[in-house]
Amino acid sequence: MSWIASLAPVAVVLPLLGAAGTFLLRRHAVAQRIISIAVVAVVLALESLMLASVWDGGATAVLLGGWAPPFGITMVVDQFSALMLVVSSVVSLAVLIYATSQGAADGDDDGPVSIFFPAYLILVAGVSNAFLAGDLFNLYVGFEILLTASYVLLTLGGSPERVRAGTTYVVISIVSSLLFLTAIAMIYGATGTVNMADLAVKLGELPAGTQTVLHLMLLCAFGIKAAVFPLSFWLPDSYPTAPAPVTAVFAGLLTKVGVYAIIRTQTLLFPDDRLDDLLLWVALATMVVGILGAVAQTDIKRMLSFTLTSHIGFMILGVGLGSRAGLAAAIYYVVHHIVVQTSLFLVVGLMERRAGSSNLDRLGSLAKVAPLLAVLYFIPAMNLAGIPPFSGFLGKLGLVDAAVRDGGWLAWTLVVGGMVTSLLTLLAVARVFNRGFWRPASEAESPDPLLLMAEAQDGSRVRTYQVVADRPESRFSDRGDVAVLPSGMVWCTGALVAVGVALTVFAGPLFGYADRAADALTHPQQYIEAVLGGHDVPAHHGGSGTGSDAGGEH
Amino acid sequence: MSVNITLLVVMGVLMACGIYLLTERSMTRVLLGLILLGNGINLLILAMGGVAGPAPLVDPNIPGEKYADPLPQALILTAIVITFAMTAFLLGLIYRSWWLSRRDEVEVDAEDVRVRRTGPRDSEGGDA
Repeated sequence: MSWIASLAPVAVVLPLLGAAGTFLLRRHAVAQRIISIAVVAVVLALESLMLASVWDGGATAVLLGGWAPPFGITMVVDQFSALMLVVSSVVSLAVLIYATSQGAADGDDDGPVSIFFPAYLILVAGVSNAFLAGDLFNLYVGFEILLTASYVLLTLGGSPERVRAGTTYVVISIVSSLLFLTAIAMIYGATGTVNMADLAVKLGELPAGTQTVLHLMLLCAFGIKAAVFPLSFWLPDSYPTAPAPVTAVFAGLLTKVGVYAIIRTQTLLFPDDRLDDLLLWVALATMVVGILGAVAQTDIKRMLSFTLTSHIGFMILGVGLGSRAGLAAAIYYVVHHIVVQTSLFLVVGLMERRAGSSNLDRLGSLAKVAPLLAVLYFIPAMNLAGIPPFSGFLGKLGLVDAAVRDGGWLAWTLVVGGMVTSLLTLLAVARVFNRGFWRPASEAESPDPLLLMAEAQDGSRVRTYQVVADRPESRFSDRGDVAVLPSGMVWCTGALVAVGVALTVFAGPLFGYADRAADALTHPQQYIEAVLGGHDVPAHHGGSGTGSDAGGEH
Repeated sequence: MSVNITLLVVMGVLMACGIYLLTERSMTRVLLGLILLGNGINLLILAMGGVAGPAPLVDPNIPGEKYADPLPQALILTAIVITFAMTAFLLGLIYRSWWLSRRDEVEVDAEDVRVRRTGPRDSEGGDA
């Protein structure tokens, strides 16, 4: 089955070809949708096969263009990267279908929105490339591909609000990329290589001071992308303004690519130069400051953006512990958080569509108006807060267990910090449920007239769009789409919520897999041998036959 | 490893100017700062490749260690392309921003200001 892993470059090339195809077909909305969904589905199937091929262990390196390592571009499929690829593709596919149903319902056959599909596919390609990258510069290229696509998606339509948020986001992202590039230049100056397996051998031979400088530079660059405190202020500022599907996919994937890079830095590049205490302090500050911000918000999208940054702290906690148990829990938590945070943003997109706003001052009665939405919100919200038996609880339990086993006073402080963060998360998400779903709309500070009308009907199955249709004098009468939930959007959200629940049901095998992946991360020899092992026979190792289709990336 | 001092000084000046411009509030200056910073880093990569030498086209009369290192040049080429794309996108964004508000500045987030002002009113007491 190891030949499957040698098809890894297809996961990058296919979305790029798809992007080109959808760009050419920008006047044909239906063709665009079919191509986009087909491409992401094929990539997901391929990545699932790759995951199956490394389920029990092992790593495969693909040498692009047949160049021998450490000179050529290498892609590495191991347990950690395969898992991240599959989860990211599941989320991408769900969000893509969600966005497609939304677009189909709104009927946007022309206009700037047709750029959505090419940009989205390029984002998928960038994420795959970052997860597969076996050398630092290719990781940088992967980051740039996904960031450039994200600039376009974030400023879609070019409204004043999005341009304002986009400007901050673009400048911050470019600064972090330039920092990363500087680090790469200095690492190349110090070691003469950018191949990560080669670096794992050569960085350890450098003087301790040089190692710490290079390590800190990489952590700063990745810390901005992962949005850890104090480098996280850009995120709650920029994410909420984007369209709902875009925010959902950003929240799920972009910060996690940063976390992935931090994990690789800690385990593969600098296994001896630990900086663990620094990471633990950062994790504590990220959790507590983020969640305090979330509690203060009245807009649900902003609240969720703050919980997003806050929960990055949990992953950094697992990484900072540095033990196998900590890493295993962190990997499980990353998977859980990608799925749950994305589902929540998708649900908020539905709420906004149904009720006309995501501001809690304007919402109410949603449990009566849209009971299905209440269920769809409630499950991932409790999951995020870590209520048993959901996967959030299992992930946090694993982290607490690893911290207790660590035993230091700093680890215990983080256990307390994590508990407080979980409780405050529960407060934040329950407040949304109380105010948005439970209370009558008439008690809201400035209720949306649409919800008031729905409440006035006082029927058991209130259909708000009928209310709108019946009252042509309302301000919504010119919008046929308002308060209607396309079934595709609801199904996708439901499917992703179900995946979140499945993470609980299949927690046993998944935690076992995460544990094996963490074991492989703490023993990087296997990774190094997979890349450098074929050094003596450079012509045929991994799949040089697939090399020609992606060799021209540099 | 020996390095070219002129290259390093130019790199330092470019980076210093770039970082200074980045701290400005005017978007055009921020963009200029990013361009300077990007070029400074490209010079850094070039300097990290070691001393200049003949082009790395194999010639039996030249010993291997004499050639210029080709890898940093490939990296710089990629970095230039990426910086080019960033510059184009930011220019578009700045133009759009100016077209919308006639101001070449990073604007204040209205929601941030609102949250700060309405802090006390938003306390839990009302709906607990």
